[in-house]
Amino acid sequence: MQGFIRRNPIWSLLIALVVAVLLWLIFAPWTDEMEELLGRKRIFLNAIFGGITLGALYFLVASGFTLIFGLMRNVNLAHGSLYLLGGYIGFEVSERTGSWFLAFPVVFVVVAIVGIILQNQVFRRMEGEELRQTMVTIGLSVVIADLMLWTWGGQSYTIYAPDMLFGPMTLPIISGVRSSGEIIYLKYPAVRMAILFAAIVIGVAMWVVLNKTRLGMLVRAGVDDREMLAASGVRIQYVFLAVFAFGAGLAGMAGIVGGTFQSLSPGEDTRFLLASLVVVIVGGMGSIPGAALGALIIGLSEQLGLVYAPTYSVVFTFLIMAVVLAFRPQGLLGERQ
Amino acid sequence: MALAERPRPGVQPLWIERIPAAWWALALILLTMPAWANNFILFQVMGWTFILGMIALSLMFLAGYGGMVSLIQMSVAAMAGYMMAIFGNSGMGDISMGLPWWLYLPIAIVIAAIFGTIVGALAVRTEGIYTIMITLAIAAAFFYFTRQNYTIFNGYSGFNLVVPPELFGVDWRQPMPFYYLTLGCAVICYAVVVYVSRAPFGLALQGVRDNPRRMAALGFNVTAHRIAAYTFASVIAAIGGILLVWQNAQIAPGTAGIPAVIDILVIAVVGGISRPIGPFIGALIYVLLRTFSPDVLLAFGLSGERFKLLIGLGFLAVVFFSPDGVLGLWERWKSRRDRRRDPLTGADE
Repeated sequence: MQGFIRRNPIWSLLIALVVAVLLWLIFAPWTDEMEELLGRKRIFLNAIFGGITLGALYFLVASGFTLIFGLMRNVNLAHGSLYLLGGYIGFEVSERTGSWFLAFPVVFVVVAIVGIILQNQVFRRMEGEELRQTMVTIGLSVVIADLMLWTWGGQSYTIYAPDMLFGPMTLPIISGVRSSGEIIYLKYPAVRMAILFAAIVIGVAMWVVLNKTRLGMLVRAGVDDREMLAASGVRIQYVFLAVFAFGAGLAGMAGIVGGTFQSLSPGEDTRFLLASLVVVIVGGMGSIPGAALGALIIGLSEQLGLVYAPTYSVVFTFLIMAVVLAFRPQGLLGERQ
Repeated sequence: MALAERPRPGVQPLWIERIPAAWWALALILLTMPAWANNFILFQVMGWTFILGMIALSLMFLAGYGGMVSLIQMSVAAMAGYMMAIFGNSGMGDISMGLPWWLYLPIAIVIAAIFGTIVGALAVRTEGIYTIMITLAIAAAFFYFTRQNYTIFNGYSGFNLVVPPELFGVDWRQPMPFYYLTLGCAVICYAVVVYVSRAPFGLALQGVRDNPRRMAALGFNVTAHRIAAYTFASVIAAIGGILLVWQNAQIAPGTAGIPAVIDILVIAVVGGISRPIGPFIGALIYVLLRTFSPDVLLAFGLSGERFKLLIGLGFLAVVFFSPDGVLGLWERWKSRRDRRRDPLTGADE
């Protein structure tokens, strides 16, 4: 962090300025002129919070993807299928047992097992052949997508959040002032705040595990030099299996989250695969903080774009990606190979 | 990835003698096809095969000779189709400009080539898997953009009634003329790709694929060669795209949706990306599966909608067991047969 500031003082200043302006826009009450210029503050705040929540969801999907890529150089283009599979299984579990919370461990275990099978039966057979892995996972995603279409049909499903997370909650952020001088606070769906909170917890936990534990040390050593780690006696295949299972399980749980605050339908798998691709390209391959930053940027740009320029919101996302590629091909927080 | 073939050294006989008998047979079959095949086969099966083959051929050129697996080719093809609908005639009179054919065809191809070149310039900054991911992401952006933009691309519905011009008094959408049109274009594209692969540019490109650092040290501009390969491939894809629009008489965002983009990759890989004929073989297999698998599935008591499963499983089997596609299977079978034969007498052991 400090090194970055020392190396790029101008960039740091610009980033600090943008963050400060955003924070001020969020917390300060808006004057009438600003409302005229930018529209209602409530709409802006909703877009910001929607973007952050969407970013949280993208982070859940993309962090598994980036972890798997960083450690094993496996490009798992069936990652979106794992997401959708998790969502459908979560829907079935929560419908049958009536418990939203039970769906998470069940889905995590089931999708992690699918991930283990993938790693053991597909990726291990063609280690080092990146292109073949890519092709095989594309083929797998086509097959899985059609099997899911067969089982669950073409309609869209929504998973209902439990009662305790139902309805809005009030946030200590001013969304406007009534003419009587009364201050209106922002109301936001509680389930989305819970998702945001959970994503932050998972992100921090991943960071702690990666940086403070023995397993994390093994994973980081594997990212840097796989052969050396294997040569020093670590059973690297078990580390691979564990990381792959964790990444897959995370994608599956993200499916439940996505099914709760959006919906599940065929085609969502490619959507989330693409989202995680873009997030990971923007943030930097193999970097967890990069995935978080990329997810936040993409989520915000998508939601703000949806509010202020609805026709071209999708294009913003890809424009950001193109700009990052053009000026920093390794991604914002990626390291040059 | 399998390497593309190298020119064989040795005594050079007359060019007409060098063409194997199988090629003569293939040419005869293709040329006389309208005499014995029905219109459905000509227009739907063979026409579609040639078109998809051309688009996949552009991917084969990039992947086989350049080592760059680009998923943007279908979008480039759709771009050419869109430009033709916008500058030429279509059912959407407010957007289409109605220029004459000799103007809108070059415009469409040039714009598609520019689009492909820009994407290529972005994509060549990366390598291997990254290229796949970036081109896939840009292809998705193209799809969403065309679906949401109504002023130029007419959004969700796209353009309909885009038909070829009536040149020389022939309606080119009739099965037989269209068959010969697509056959001619496919043969020309094939010949050009074969020629370029042996020309200095193609050889340099293959050198760049095998060892970019050495080529750079020899004084070749690696980036420029790669971008030029994208431009060349874009022109081929654009021709395929224009024919595709003529065949369907319409273009919509779904033409270049993610499934279509993946299908082109499937076609090229199943056929084999080591030789220019591969994509056409892959396209024929794909079209046959796509056209007849519902009937076959129904005969087995399954729903006809499951053809995607069949295609996906077939693709998986090919990539699993033969990374260089059907061509690779054929070549391995041939070499095994040759090995069995006694080298002196030529008799089977």
